[in-house]
Amino acid sequence: MDPKTLGLVGGVLLLLAGGTAVVQVLRGRVDSGIDPAILETFRLRVRAWWVLFAVLVAALLLGRAATVVLFGLISFWALREFITLTPTRPGDHRTLFWVFFLWTPLQFVLVGMENCWLFDENHWAYVGMQSYDLYSILVPVYAFLFILARVAMAGDYKRFLERTAKIQAGLLVCVYCLSYAPALLTLELPDAGWAPKALLLFFFVLIVQLSDALQYAWAQIPSKHVIVPTINPNKTWEGLLGGTASVTLLGAALWWATPFSVPVAALMSLVIAVMGFAGGLTLSAIKRDRGVKDYGTLVEGHGGVLDRIDSMCFAAPIFFHFTRMWLNT
Amino acid sequence: MESNLKTNLARTILALLARFLSGASVRWIDSQPDTCQRVYFANHTSHLDAIVIWSALPQAVRLLARPVGAKDYWSAGRIRRYIADELFNAILIDRTEIKVHQSPVDLMIREIGDRHSLIVFPEGGRSSTGEMGEFKSGLYYLCKKRPDLEMIPVHIDNMNRILPRGEVLPVPLLTCISFGPPMWLEAGEPKMEFLRRARQAVQRLKEV
Repeated sequence: MDPKTLGLVGGVLLLLAGGTAVVQVLRGRVDSGIDPAILETFRLRVRAWWVLFAVLVAALLLGRAATVVLFGLISFWALREFITLTPTRPGDHRTLFWVFFLWTPLQFVLVGMENCWLFDENHWAYVGMQSYDLYSILVPVYAFLFILARVAMAGDYKRFLERTAKIQAGLLVCVYCLSYAPALLTLELPDAGWAPKALLLFFFVLIVQLSDALQYAWAQIPSKHVIVPTINPNKTWEGLLGGTASVTLLGAALWWATPFSVPVAALMSLVIAVMGFAGGLTLSAIKRDRGVKDYGTLVEGHGGVLDRIDSMCFAAPIFFHFTRMWLNT
Repeated sequence: MESNLKTNLARTILALLARFLSGASVRWIDSQPDTCQRVYFANHTSHLDAIVIWSALPQAVRLLARPVGAKDYWSAGRIRRYIADELFNAILIDRTEIKVHQSPVDLMIREIGDRHSLIVFPEGGRSSTGEMGEFKSGLYYLCKKRPDLEMIPVHIDNMNRILPRGEVLPVPLLTCISFGPPMWLEAGEPKMEFLRRARQAVQRLKEV
């Protein structure tokens, strides 16, 4: 392992170990003066981070195909949670079948094939395959038009636009957006090899998680100015500004693990933090409308997958395209 | 019942597959899994209902539970027949000719002996809206002849969206299987009263 990978992965490992230690110590004390509900939330969060960390590192060690498959499975599960909570009508059944079993896998297969070297028999050489042209518009063009036409074909016109929009939103957020996270592995970075790409994805996931955690932490300070009280009382201006500022600084401090310079790394982290906030708020609005606290209420004792990845979904496509633009200039 | 290694393996695989595909979370509400003789009665919206209830039971309980199904459905085709006969050890009811001396209830009682449990759908058929229909009287006669059986209400959520009536291909949404507390036929309880109480017990699990 090169020093950069060792530094970043080792650093996160230490951070997580520290988190677990804090939880253990505080749980042992009866009169720590800390709200047990907050401690429990923190404990579950730390556990979820350990799982995310272990799975992500394992997939990155196994290579690109494994990582794309991992994100594909996460997308599939998140879409299940999304559609389960969204009321659909019998007329949507066959459309949903294709959404789950054609468009979702196809999106990830195309992401996995980008810049993948295929053996060309005629030329006795390997040729690169460019699937970006297709996967970058597959969902918003092909799948969205398919959904409209297929629901129309089923013959149920009741609340047509509302129903198609729900399915489209689910596919867009859970599948299309999230697929840009493993797509980071297909970018041609200045440094050749697998390690810088894996580090870029790791950096992205780390910044998203840090941004979530720091926004939550900053929102704990009193004199609250809640941003949207009707949607999420936990998201305050203090949390957003404090969290975003600290994540920007942290991202800048981690510039050595990325292909970016210090100011660019700071800017990218700022964008990730703001998009992460937008993702969390959007999914909160959907949950509010459906009258549930989190998507995980369906599976007792587990946090919902969608609750864990909402910020990542919104941040991934923007971070990918900013990085791509930066690489092309 | 002949149980060899291959059949047991196939059973485990089918159960795991059903658990994964239905994403089922299983809740026991004021109730515990047990190997005593029971009748699991549930709302019925999909052909997969029997499979998901069966797979939601712990293995020791699952091996004793025998789903009751319609012969016309479960005998059609080799795969269904294999699942019903070999894996489920299902009790199949001929819906087309129900005889007085060979009533389904008698068949069930004979088949379970003093060992097995039953998985039944007292609505008699699948509801197409997801709303529960009225219970058929079979459940009452079953309890009257075997008052010692524990009746366990079971509610299956969302299956009508996963595989609705008339569809062949499933959509992999998440289900929730809720098992409720045992109930029995009270001494002298009228038929309609009992059926209403049983139906309410299933309905109640939806709201918990």
